[in-house]
Amino acid sequence: MTTHLRLPLPGPLRDIFHPPPTAGVLGVFAYLDATLEAIAKLRAAGHTDFTVYSPIPRHEIEDALGQPVSPVRAFTLVGGIAGCAIGAWLTLWMSGDWPLVVGGKPVLSIPPYVVIMFEMTILFGALSTILGILLNALFAARRVGTIQYDPRFTNDKFGVFVPAGSDKAAGVESLLRGAGAEEVRRG
Amino acid sequence: MAEHPAHTPPPASRVSYDYVTRTIARTLGGPTRGYFLLLGAAVALLAVGIITLLFLLRYGLGLAGYSHPVYWAVFITCFVFWVGIAHSGTLISAILFLFRSGWRTAVYRTAEAMTVFAVMTAGLFPLIHIGRQWYFYWLIPYPNERGLWPNFKSPLIWDEFAIGTYFTVSTVFLIMGLIPDIAAVRDLATGWRKKLYAITSIGWTGSNEQWRHYSRGYLYLAALATPLVLSVHSVVSWDFAMAIVPGWHATIFAPYFVAGAIYSGCAMVITLLTPIRRLFGLEELITVSHFENLAKLCLLTGSIVGYAYCCEYFIAWFGGNPNERAAFWYRAFGPFWWATWTMIICNAFLPLLLWVKKIRTNITALFVISIFVNIGMWFERYVIIVVSLAGEPYEPWANAVYNPTWADWGIMAGSFGWFFMWFLLFVKNFPAVSISEVKEVLAPPKRQASRPGVHRT
Repeated sequence: MTTHLRLPLPGPLRDIFHPPPTAGVLGVFAYLDATLEAIAKLRAAGHTDFTVYSPIPRHEIEDALGQPVSPVRAFTLVGGIAGCAIGAWLTLWMSGDWPLVVGGKPVLSIPPYVVIMFEMTILFGALSTILGILLNALFAARRVGTIQYDPRFTNDKFGVFVPAGSDKAAGVESLLRGAGAEEVRRG
Repeated sequence: MAEHPAHTPPPASRVSYDYVTRTIARTLGGPTRGYFLLLGAAVALLAVGIITLLFLLRYGLGLAGYSHPVYWAVFITCFVFWVGIAHSGTLISAILFLFRSGWRTAVYRTAEAMTVFAVMTAGLFPLIHIGRQWYFYWLIPYPNERGLWPNFKSPLIWDEFAIGTYFTVSTVFLIMGLIPDIAAVRDLATGWRKKLYAITSIGWTGSNEQWRHYSRGYLYLAALATPLVLSVHSVVSWDFAMAIVPGWHATIFAPYFVAGAIYSGCAMVITLLTPIRRLFGLEELITVSHFENLAKLCLLTGSIVGYAYCCEYFIAWFGGNPNERAAFWYRAFGPFWWATWTMIICNAFLPLLLWVKKIRTNITALFVISIFVNIGMWFERYVIIVVSLAGEPYEPWANAVYNPTWADWGIMAGSFGWFFMWFLLFVKNFPAVSISEVKEVLAPPKRQASRPGVHRT
């Protein structure tokens, strides 16, 4: 993961935020179908730990990679249920804690509390979805170490980075070129 | 985000991924003199608001035009107006996302930013209205020495939860959508902007792992924002509908307010997009057909609003309640007749022009109509809030004479300054059109079908 800002960090933090570079081969592709071909060939050759960059999300890439469904949905579900429960607890417990009859209505009235429970469901569901995305997409990705990146990947190019030691790099290079990479870099 | 192939043909065949990135990145930085003039005007308006607020703090709310029984007036009118403005942003960014309508991609970022800043503006008004701003935290349920808790049966507390949730969720939704686009401008930027974008894109590279979690999460955020936006203006409408004031106490209020909110918001999107498109040279990305679609949304929601007006008057007559009848007679023919007829003409009759395709596709005409809709929707809230409270049947002995004062107008001017200041700062510093989503509705670059003009995947 490339960051453009190199802040001096204490040792353990540096290892987390700026992990050492991973050796491997980076292919730059101009076309989506060439990228898909490269993915298919890499998987056929037994590679599993490569990274695909794309300027936009494409279902073709997801399908070619055969990725499982993102666990973010569990965060949304748990957050939503927790929010609803917190909303129920907030309204019911607080009403009971200082029982005050308002407008001749029961102290614990469920219908008005549904509004609070609903809003809290949305609030906690949304915030835990964000947490799910951050934990999964940004922090988990750092475990793989710093891999090569090219600024064109957010513009109009697709990229495939294959971690490979010097013994395998030549094979990967020719595979990427064969699939139609317009540029192959070793690092 | 990731879920759909190309639905709409791109605006022009030379619109490639690279063209999209560079055109949108070009809108950032290098502010012109015209930009600074606009920003200066916004800040000057804000200064008017701040000075008025200082006077209100020093001399009390009596400076505003409150007079018995009209104790909800221009501040609450502005609150509902700004919350309403916010709604179309979420409609375009979340509801149309779930409906997979491709045209939203070019306009949704502007609408979404508008949402966040409009809710920020709206949130100020209840605080100004409470008079003692330094006690605002009494609204929040927190343990205190008197053991008191808020009354959860009150629509005002529902409103606080709804607006608080709406502000939080629409802000994180906007930021989430921005991350891949900030990364795209980061990779083109230089100097201090590169550092700013490097930090704010929090390490986005567009890798498959990132997109996998991101597009799932974005889908769920949209699915959560959709019921939220419908609930927020319903709750705002219950601030009124739960009370027994004739003119407020109506079951139609929730759908009526939601439709009105989206209507006013769409009009505001047109008002904001017209100058942005011209100033930033985005004619090829935000096309006339985008404006036409917005106009159709206006026509739909405007018709619902017109229907709601008819319904209100019909039920007032048909219901047979003399107070209700008197309240609506007072509304149309009482001393505030001018406000009511401004609202009816601007909101119910003027948008009927949008049935004509020539007007729908004429951006100048749309801009003018959108401004009238904004005015009409402000008056709608004024009529509902002020005129219902002032109405004779409500408190016939009160002899209400209500006139807004300079303090009301000063705070309102300040709110427009506050809103436009944030909006102008946003469009110059962050991509006001989504880079990655505009690319999604283009045909992806392919070896076989890469000739220009072939758009289906």
